[in-house]
Amino acid sequence: MESLEDIMRMDKAKLSAPVKTIDEKWKLLPAFLKTKGLVKQHIDSYNYFINVEIKKILKANDKILSDADPNFYLKYLNIYVGMPNVQESLGIAQTMAPHECRLRDITYSAPITVDIEFVRGKQTVIKKNVEIGRMPIMLRSSNCVLTGKTQAEMAQLNECPMDPGGYFIVRGTEKVILIQEQLSKNRMIVDTDSKGNVQCSVTSSTHERKSKTYVYTKKGKFYLKHNIFSEDIPVAVAFKAMGVACDQDMIQLVGNEEEAFDAMAPCLEECHQAQVFTPLQALEYISSKIRQRMYGVKRSKADEARDVLKNVILAHVPVVDWNFKPKAIYLALMARRIVLTQAGKIKFDDSDYYGNKRLELAGQLLSLLFEDLFKLYNMDLKKVADKNIPKVRATEFDITKFMRPDPITNGLSNAISTGNWTIKRFKMDRGGVTQVLSRLSYIACLGMMTRINSQFEKTRKVSGPRSLQPSQWGLLCPSDTPEGEACGLVKNLALMTHITVDVDEMPIARIAVSLGVEDIENLCRDENGDFYTVFLNGNILGMTNHYQKLVTTFRKLRRAGYIDAFVSIFPNHSHKCVYIASDGGRVCRPYIIVQNEKPLVTSKHIVDLTREFRCFEDFLHEGLVEYLDVNEENDCMVALYESHINKATTHLEIEPFTILGVCAGLIPYPHHNQSPRNTYQCAMGKQAMGTIGYNQRNRIDTLLYALAYPQAPLVKSKTIELIHFDKLPAGQNATVAVMSYSGYDIEDALVLNKASLDRGFGRCLVYKKQTCAVKRYANQTFDRIMGPKVDRDTYKPIWKHQALDMDGIAAAGVRVENRQVMVNKEMPTVTAPSLQPQMGQIGQTEYKETPITYKGAEPSYIERVLITCNQEESFLIKMLLRQTRRPEVGDKFSSRHGQKGVCGLIVPQEDMPFSDLGICPDIIMNPHGYPSRMTVGKLIELLGSKAGVLEGKFHYGTAFGGDKVTDLSEVLIEHGFNYLGKDFVTSGVTGEPLSAYIYFGPIYYQKLKHMVLDKMHARARGPRAVLTRQPTEGRSRDGGLRLGEMERDCLIGYGASMLLLERLMISSDIFEVDVCGQCGLIGYSGWCQYCKSSKDVSTLKMPYACKLLFQELQSMNIVPRLSLKRYNEL
Amino acid sequence: MSHIKDMRQKVQLTEHTVFNVNSTNFPGTYSDFDDVWSQERFEERFQIDIISLSETDMEFDMVGIDAAVANAVRRILLAEIPTMAIESVAIWNNTSIIQDEVLAHRLGLIPIKADARLFEYKQKDAVEPTSEDTLQFSLKIKCTRNNVSSDATDPNVLYKNHRVATKDMEWVPLSGQEHLKGIRPVHEDILITTMRPGHELIMDLYCVKGIGKDHAKFSPVATASYRLLPEIRLLREFYGEEAELLQKSFSPGVIKLVETPDGQTMAKVANARLDTCSRNVFRHDELKDDVSLLRVRDHFIFSVESTGILPPDILVSEAIKTLMGKCQKFLHELDSVNIGKGKHKKGGKKN
Repeated sequence: MESLEDIMRMDKAKLSAPVKTIDEKWKLLPAFLKTKGLVKQHIDSYNYFINVEIKKILKANDKILSDADPNFYLKYLNIYVGMPNVQESLGIAQTMAPHECRLRDITYSAPITVDIEFVRGKQTVIKKNVEIGRMPIMLRSSNCVLTGKTQAEMAQLNECPMDPGGYFIVRGTEKVILIQEQLSKNRMIVDTDSKGNVQCSVTSSTHERKSKTYVYTKKGKFYLKHNIFSEDIPVAVAFKAMGVACDQDMIQLVGNEEEAFDAMAPCLEECHQAQVFTPLQALEYISSKIRQRMYGVKRSKADEARDVLKNVILAHVPVVDWNFKPKAIYLALMARRIVLTQAGKIKFDDSDYYGNKRLELAGQLLSLLFEDLFKLYNMDLKKVADKNIPKVRATEFDITKFMRPDPITNGLSNAISTGNWTIKRFKMDRGGVTQVLSRLSYIACLGMMTRINSQFEKTRKVSGPRSLQPSQWGLLCPSDTPEGEACGLVKNLALMTHITVDVDEMPIARIAVSLGVEDIENLCRDENGDFYTVFLNGNILGMTNHYQKLVTTFRKLRRAGYIDAFVSIFPNHSHKCVYIASDGGRVCRPYIIVQNEKPLVTSKHIVDLTREFRCFEDFLHEGLVEYLDVNEENDCMVALYESHINKATTHLEIEPFTILGVCAGLIPYPHHNQSPRNTYQCAMGKQAMGTIGYNQRNRIDTLLYALAYPQAPLVKSKTIELIHFDKLPAGQNATVAVMSYSGYDIEDALVLNKASLDRGFGRCLVYKKQTCAVKRYANQTFDRIMGPKVDRDTYKPIWKHQALDMDGIAAAGVRVENRQVMVNKEMPTVTAPSLQPQMGQIGQTEYKETPITYKGAEPSYIERVLITCNQEESFLIKMLLRQTRRPEVGDKFSSRHGQKGVCGLIVPQEDMPFSDLGICPDIIMNPHGYPSRMTVGKLIELLGSKAGVLEGKFHYGTAFGGDKVTDLSEVLIEHGFNYLGKDFVTSGVTGEPLSAYIYFGPIYYQKLKHMVLDKMHARARGPRAVLTRQPTEGRSRDGGLRLGEMERDCLIGYGASMLLLERLMISSDIFEVDVCGQCGLIGYSGWCQYCKSSKDVSTLKMPYACKLLFQELQSMNIVPRLSLKRYNEL
Repeated sequence: MSHIKDMRQKVQLTEHTVFNVNSTNFPGTYSDFDDVWSQERFEERFQIDIISLSETDMEFDMVGIDAAVANAVRRILLAEIPTMAIESVAIWNNTSIIQDEVLAHRLGLIPIKADARLFEYKQKDAVEPTSEDTLQFSLKIKCTRNNVSSDATDPNVLYKNHRVATKDMEWVPLSGQEHLKGIRPVHEDILITTMRPGHELIMDLYCVKGIGKDHAKFSPVATASYRLLPEIRLLREFYGEEAELLQKSFSPGVIKLVETPDGQTMAKVANARLDTCSRNVFRHDELKDDVSLLRVRDHFIFSVESTGILPPDILVSEAIKTLMGKCQKFLHELDSVNIGKGKHKKGGKKN
């Protein structure tokens, strides 16, 4: 503390100057999103795949040789993914815009071409641009036609500029490859197995193989476990097999501590007992435990074991020239981890910790799939070569004739369209990897792009993987997760999260070595030295005794741009390790760097940013901002606000509200809400109707909801602006009175003002698609479309065909009612090619009517009709049907705070309460919705909206910020309103004032997709199932309403036996059977076939299902007999 | 006594609740008051003062009447005064991006300047429009490109007819309607839709007579409502800073500051009518116990905002006529009920 005199002596100006803060550092966020976009993860990953990874895959599989001809070879020189196009007839390729693909049910894909060098006859030929397949193109990726287009150009292509891209269009449907979360590969994880033994496991993953290796303790001994071994191998044997013959070396590899000696001693003993003394003996021991023999060349047992050790066990540790030392060290380190964990020196690893997770994106998944398909393709080519080369033909064998694009094209597009990811070499068979992009609302679409799917099983009842992990802070949205079985397993990215792609290891290793990392083989474990082991992507790189220097220099180099920005480095002091990670799939986000208690980003930089002198990349290049992943974050001190910076601080958060994701970002004042409410809103925001994109009127979707008059919310948040929700809104600002009105507002029901509905509140448009394909068949017949049938007398079309135009297709703008025909299609009765060749002229083909009819309680209008053809060149008729709906009792509404409710009553305006200004509410909401829900954010939203309306501006309700309640209240006072937002209100029914002040003002309300019209259902009689003759089930089949078990129980309890009989039999599947009283079997028309008599046959009624059961039992040799008695003989 | 008087006549606004909201002046409620209905007393007390009147807005005071009657006037204004509005639209061509139904809905909400008193309600089963019950408009407009060579981006320069407004609606007199004058939409500049070159609208619009109860588009008022006359009582004298604070707690003009002979400023109620009843005085602990906020229960300050079809004064008189008609009808109903039971009717004399 400075003394008073010191302060007095200081410069006046300096004293009075305000403490400088970076006012608008949040502006980094729009800059970040501008360069990266909202779905940058997907696009980055895909770009990496088609530009880099695919070339690596080619290089790894670049040669095809044939067993038939030693001179034959095919070598791939290069591979390219072109621009998306479509092959129209005659093989002319045309560039293709995504929207046309959507409309015409085509795949948005580009040709994959290769340059090849191959042997034809006796000469080698180089051929360029050979197409080997077609790659579905991700929208807005580097090869998409939309990249770099301006808004006007987008409009020309029928694309919405707000659309995030990052999805595929496969056969006309938009498909997203969801982000998959999994445990990171090639890292040691120490935990306990199901029996409580400590184990250390590593999932090795290389291009060829994926395997999991365990080291675990059992009864104080260490074993090596792997699927390839039928029995677990004592580690000592494994060490011996790897050439560590000397027992002392073995122990020293594990460690010099007392614990290491103690732990290893029993292992050595076991090794001796097994009569394994030399490496050769060890190898033979191991080979005897190998489960599956490798076929092919016969080799000695030792060679076989050596091969397994080299390629299968810890596959990711490279073995160069049969030098097993690195692998032995790695194995020893695994054992050491267990020893230290048991000694309590280090902790168990937490597999839920987000630093141990990797996210797999479209690029990685596609590259796995492509490599598999490419290998298969090459194998097929080889087979073709083997088969065809020995044959003597006039023309020389030309392999390019057999290079068909279909297998790869179909493999890729089938995988994306079904979501079944089958990769043979990893024995991977995953389903549900892709999903149809939800276009219910703009938010639903964005939310889907940021969704993370966990590989964890949904049925298991473990809380660990589901609960929110502290290490997810800032990277995953804490609010946005579904309720129910997938709770916590499906997550969403936060606003600023970035997912890394692979970075080349070589330069990093070189830099590390020049920073003093020494080869581990040259060192022995120092007793108490300060040596840290350095890992690069899970592999041991070496050791250093100046880890601090290594880490700081490394970071400095990274900030200076000499190392890729996404490479992370961090020391782990309990492990005594430095980990460097450059692998793909790590989550990270940017921070402002703080040096000497000052953030490097200053107000001047922000000014430059707003003037567009600088972009986000510049901040990165200049070392003002850097990306940290979860692990490196743990080695940093991050200040949340500038005022929190102290001596130890290394980084500063850019903005606190970025811990939320896209969906939670819509909620105003979420930090005032009870947390589950925000979670509910995240789920509901995706069901809100509104606008889905600027191109929504050009789309023909199976189902599309749109609001007639969508409004931007009066209380915005920064996130809303960043994701442009205010331009594609989904909701309306309704004036809400929080009060009780009538009894129709219990259980969250809302009371709506009829005049508001008359004026267009909540009015929505529902679009549905109807498709019809006009096909050609194998016997040269084809479907035809006939004109409308005409009434014989009036010469007007019959009622059923009233909607049809002259061409037999309903005209645009026409109204169609239930069961009217929209396309009058006819299909030939015989479509199979006839076996006998038809002689002479072809007979008249007969047709049967297969019209497309309209089904629905309410009539629809035809918005538009599209007649086009798809890739198979069959005619395609798509019709868009439109309904305009006004809200009715039972329609679902929700505010942005997880407060949903259905409309319970619609009240005329004159009955509505009104304020002094004559304002009537649009919605009356029951105040009982508040106390238990604790959605204080909604209360503040009302104040904010009210103040905003009075001032004519939008207020902010940004998370952890936003406009203050006191400020909002001041605005209310200024305009003559009550400070608390409560108004003096008069009842519209009695005309007298209400005895309470009413909380009154606008709240943003969403209309949800659940509407009565789509759900209403009743049936008196209708269709029955064929087998059981019981009424069908479900609304879509006009089914009956089930009287279930519990209802049945009630009726039994009450004793309403006749009602039961009526419900369960008479109104359901009553059936009259003739039963023979003699044999008890079922006869027919008064005759018993078994007794050959009609003497004792009587007719009785039973459920058809019962009769069916008897007959089915008979068919399996069980005879159910009915014993009959007269009712008066009982 | 004054307490009871207040309870009978005033609504009291406290910090958290409103007291005495219901009228209680019925015969027998209070021992010392004679609340029996008397025409003379009513005529003496009842009065209507028109405060302001313009083409579209009117403010008037209705004093000395029960809330039920005042409310009836308000409700009738909202829901039962007939107007003409577009009810059906024959769309011959619509190539604009707006959907047919939405366009028809928008057109329906346009106020049409036509005196509904000159028309009949359309018969339910009538198909053909007649000159007595229908007004026809036609809307024919096509958007075209303006021949400008410049690289302008302003749609006003680039296109012709890209904004379809109410002025493009043209009245088509049916035979027998030639004598009618000035049939048009009230406002010329209500935007119906915007178009781009190639878009075209051809449609016939049919207006019928209807009431707001059926659809809000028939309501002749934007809104009609009333508030009660505020009354502010200062229970002690406020000087200096407290007076200023008091002044700030009310709407401007409610409290005035007067100079007392001893040089202090004192707060006085100048015009309580201006107060918006925001009750912000209760925020200040030092003031809240010494101010009493009241509203006069039978003094209604009506505000009628007409949509412009008919002037508000006519609307109010129409409303009162409708109310009278309803009363008449009710009396008639009562009479017809009494026929069977012999005659001992007394009959209300309410107007």
